[in-house]
Amino acid sequence: MIDATAAGTGRAADGAPHGRSAVLAQPRDLPVGPMGRKGLGLWGVGTLIATEAALFSYLLFAYYYTGAAAPPGWLLESHPSLRLAVPNTIILLVSSGFAWYGETGVLRQRRSRALTGFGLALVLGTLFAVIQGFEWHQRPFRLGESSYASLYYITTGFHIAHVLIGLLVLAAIFLWTALDYFSPRRRLSVSAGVIYWHFVDIIWLFIFTTYYISPYLGFGR
Amino acid sequence: MRAVDFRSPTIGSDSPEHAARLERLWESSRGLKGFLGTVDHKQIGIRYIITAFIFLALGGIEALLMRLQLAGPNLSLLTPEQYNELFSTHGMTMIFLYASPILSGFSNYLWPLLLGSRDMAFPRLNALSYWIYLASGIFLYVGFLTGNGPNDGWFNYVPYAARDYNPGLNEDFYSLGMVFLGISTTIGAANFIVTALRTRAPGMSLNRLPILIWGTLTASAANLVVVPAVSLAFFMLWLDRQFGTHFFDPAGGGQPLLWQHLFWIFGHPWVYAIVLPAMGMVSQGLPVFCRRPLVGYAIVALSTVATMVLGFGVWVHHMFATGLPGLGLSFFSGASIAIVFPSAVAVFAWLATIWLGRPVITTAFLYFSSMILMFVVGGVSGFMTASVPVDWQLTDTYFVVAHIHYVLIGINVFPVLGAVYYWFPKMTGRMMDERLGRWNFWITFIGFNLAFLPMHVTGLLGMPRRVYTYPDGMGWDSLNLITTIGSFVLAAGILLFLFNVLKSLRSGAIADANPWDAPTLEWSVPSPPPPYNFAVIPTVASRYPLWEGRLGGRGSATSLDRGMLLESGKETVATSSMDATPDMIVEMPEDTTAPFALSIGTAVLFVGLLLKTWTVAVIGLLLLSAATLVWLWPRRELREREARP
Amino acid sequence: MSGVPLSYLHAAGQRADTILPLTWFTLIVSILVCIIIAALLWSGVRRARTGGGAAETRAVTVEPGADGGRWISLGLLISAVPLLATLIWTMVAIAATSGPPAHPGLTLDVTGHQWWWEVRYGATEPDQSFETANEIHIPVGVPVLIRLHGGDVIHSFWVPALTGKTDTIPGQTNFSWIEARQPGRYRGQCTEYCGSQHAHMGLEVVAQPPADFERWRAAQLLPARAPRTSAEQRGLAVVEYRCGLCHEVRGTQAGALAAPDLTHLMSRRTLAAGLLPNTPGNLVGWIENAQDIKPGALMPNQALTGEQLTDVQAYLESLQ
Repeated sequence: MIDATAAGTGRAADGAPHGRSAVLAQPRDLPVGPMGRKGLGLWGVGTLIATEAALFSYLLFAYYYTGAAAPPGWLLESHPSLRLAVPNTIILLVSSGFAWYGETGVLRQRRSRALTGFGLALVLGTLFAVIQGFEWHQRPFRLGESSYASLYYITTGFHIAHVLIGLLVLAAIFLWTALDYFSPRRRLSVSAGVIYWHFVDIIWLFIFTTYYISPYLGFGR
Repeated sequence: MRAVDFRSPTIGSDSPEHAARLERLWESSRGLKGFLGTVDHKQIGIRYIITAFIFLALGGIEALLMRLQLAGPNLSLLTPEQYNELFSTHGMTMIFLYASPILSGFSNYLWPLLLGSRDMAFPRLNALSYWIYLASGIFLYVGFLTGNGPNDGWFNYVPYAARDYNPGLNEDFYSLGMVFLGISTTIGAANFIVTALRTRAPGMSLNRLPILIWGTLTASAANLVVVPAVSLAFFMLWLDRQFGTHFFDPAGGGQPLLWQHLFWIFGHPWVYAIVLPAMGMVSQGLPVFCRRPLVGYAIVALSTVATMVLGFGVWVHHMFATGLPGLGLSFFSGASIAIVFPSAVAVFAWLATIWLGRPVITTAFLYFSSMILMFVVGGVSGFMTASVPVDWQLTDTYFVVAHIHYVLIGINVFPVLGAVYYWFPKMTGRMMDERLGRWNFWITFIGFNLAFLPMHVTGLLGMPRRVYTYPDGMGWDSLNLITTIGSFVLAAGILLFLFNVLKSLRSGAIADANPWDAPTLEWSVPSPPPPYNFAVIPTVASRYPLWEGRLGGRGSATSLDRGMLLESGKETVATSSMDATPDMIVEMPEDTTAPFALSIGTAVLFVGLLLKTWTVAVIGLLLLSAATLVWLWPRRELREREARP
Repeated sequence: MSGVPLSYLHAAGQRADTILPLTWFTLIVSILVCIIIAALLWSGVRRARTGGGAAETRAVTVEPGADGGRWISLGLLISAVPLLATLIWTMVAIAATSGPPAHPGLTLDVTGHQWWWEVRYGATEPDQSFETANEIHIPVGVPVLIRLHGGDVIHSFWVPALTGKTDTIPGQTNFSWIEARQPGRYRGQCTEYCGSQHAHMGLEVVAQPPADFERWRAAQLLPARAPRTSAEQRGLAVVEYRCGLCHEVRGTQAGALAAPDLTHLMSRRTLAAGLLPNTPGNLVGWIENAQDIKPGALMPNQALTGEQLTDVQAYLESLQ
């Protein structure tokens, strides 16, 4: 809190005696370093999310642009199978829930809760990646088949890359929590990492809607 | 002293002991560790500026070679391949390796000083953005110097950029190099945004921000969200070329125009990003030489933002000839005409500042004021191309080449040259030679206009762009000769500028803290500033702290002599985003070579990708990840600082 | 043709006619704006203290000065007038020039190739169909629809006296249209960078009175004239055997479609997409040494013997 007392010298900053008195910031009790969710690092993660979200919007733009201009039959599967994709989406969302749960563990200084949460998030995230890989393997088309195929693989590919980085982040958070680096106040890395993981999940919802749902709504057929 | 979670910062004044203590805390390490590991924004800023000027010189040499080839009809100084690589590399160098980094360099150096802070919000990220810029610039130039430079222009349209028509490594160097460079731009943008919003001096509310901050902040916000478009486009191109994907090739269901959309969605905001900070520099420096505040600060700040926002909605004006339907053409044409409005605000503000001020002619003033006219020339030629039917005749002729050089040299290079004259004393502690400066200015000004003013006519007479030669009998011969002569005069002017810089570094008059009697905070610290910038954190009370007594008004005064000392460690203060009330003490990082190592890892990764040697790429990836992990490793002492009851 | 063949400051056709006044308007407005701003700047700067440096700057006292905001408003207000006028005129002109014309009298298909223009007439009626290259003939006063196809990379079709630029893009068909007001030869050029010989991808539009156009068209429809001399006979054999790998000469065995149609080669004024006048010397030089004249062109140097060259020349020159 700033205490703006007129505790100056009675002279203006450039020395001219004008009856202007200096306003002086005399804050009390400022936190030293990042505290709770307040810290420059969170703003940094915010800018990262902004730029990555932009990246994914351009990927989806490419899909809609190419699809809108394409002749019928562009969709290689007019009704993409949801058999794996829907459960996989749920798995990812649940992993986000566990990550949040783990963060509350750090907030309440319950290390076991934190480790459980991060650990399960990590496991489910890995499961998502494995299932996605299996889905890729099962697809009848490969990367170079057509523009649809290329867009499908590059978009889900970029997403999986972000998932993998997110898994590394979760693993690091898990390790650092285990090593007792965090406390309710000192845990900005945890908040940043968990926010990143939530972001990866939300992006998946957009991709899922575009590639798996929009064909059912008539786009690209 | 017991480490604590909260602290009430000591208030006091400067003293020799205090200064010595801060000096020890903030100075860069010596030797190689300091060179590779410094996180001091001033050193990083100067590195950016020097590197960018080197690229300016390289791009200039490329241009001179091109002008020699075009001095007359049917010359054969260069083969078509050589010419085509030259014009493409010239464009890439100037637009990507000079125009943005030079402004990043100035902003890096100046921002903490302007904002009353001791460094940027993320000093290590700052170092990283420089090393990646350097590495990607070298990467791109290795391509050029081995005969594999870009050869499809700087905007690189497909299908010509695709493997069928362009089998060599040229386009792979360009594609991967641009993705590489984009990393630097993005993290630089992130750093600027957080710094502007979170690490200002107490009391520096948004309406008191130096106008230069508005320019770079706006550009950074734009870059953050548009650079991914071009990085994605280049990455997709690389995949099409090397992995048989079909993003852009019609045979596989791809769309050649997808490239153009993605590129210009990035490209148009980009050209505003490389001029708005420079306009901010003019808005910052011109009023000093008119001995009054800038006219219309608020509307200039808002028009900066408005120009950028509108700038997101005009990209199709680069694609008017591609066969788009009339409705789309009309919308984008209208938006492109509308954007003249906010861009013109700055021109009127500057003219009013000169008219309603008491101008003093110095070299810096000459550069800042002459750019107003060149801005307008570039602006009106842009206005002409905004009208679709007119553009159908003008586009892809030398008229557009004239336009882009007036806006780029007029709104970027001239302000930069002026900025060097203006801030050189602060950066080096010496004044530049004014007499040499006049010669430098006039030769540059005359050379530039001699080269590019006739180019409008060359364009109107139909000379197309990107031609390595032209037949005689087209009516273009003498105009091209004049342009070539002008370009050499311009080059001489730049050489004289460089000579003045070097001479003044050695023997310029010693400068004190505020040789120009300027109003903003950077002029309240010694020249050059100590590594910690401010011994005492200022509390700001107005937009022009050092002019307060003379501008009337009854408000309180900025406190420069007394304030937070922040000497318990390497510290600065973070403030709230709107009103700049202090809300955190930020502990700044020591010198570290992690950013350098990360850049090396990234470079190795990209080399591996270029050569499709996956082992190398994986090694790069591992190095990159290790450096990141080391960088982000938490500090246990923070945890152990819990206030014990 | 004028001394400045690619200038767009004069128009000779409907579409260019609509654009030209707007071009002049914006140009004049622009020049006036520059002059006014230059004058304002000059008078502002003229009052300045000259010969200044740091000391001279410090010597002038800092004063708050007048508000000045209304000058910005005034400037914006004045700027709004030509901007608005241009906006409205632009919308009108877009509507007028977008075309394509509702009832074109003639439809052509033009395909851009590296580095020549393929021109096909009568594509929809096989017995009225023929192909030529780099030279387009049209009847005066008739709106001509041009369908633009992308052959390899993006090129741009431009004949400044008649119309603005429209790209040829692989995977889509674009449209341009031209209507000449009077007879004449109008120079055109590719205006989208397309590779090493982008500089030498010109074309010509020849506007003729309708009767002359019909005569030209009828002549173009005919297959190649049969060889009359033995030299021409021998030349035909070489043409079929060698040139026919890429070129077509209708009525002979030379039937490939990768290069310009040569059936009526001598009816064209230029060679190599406007690069060379179509003279015997140039023709021989081109066949022998295309790579020296247009390095990178897809026509390789032909290692013909002197005799073969003479015979080929004789035959080709018979293709009127």
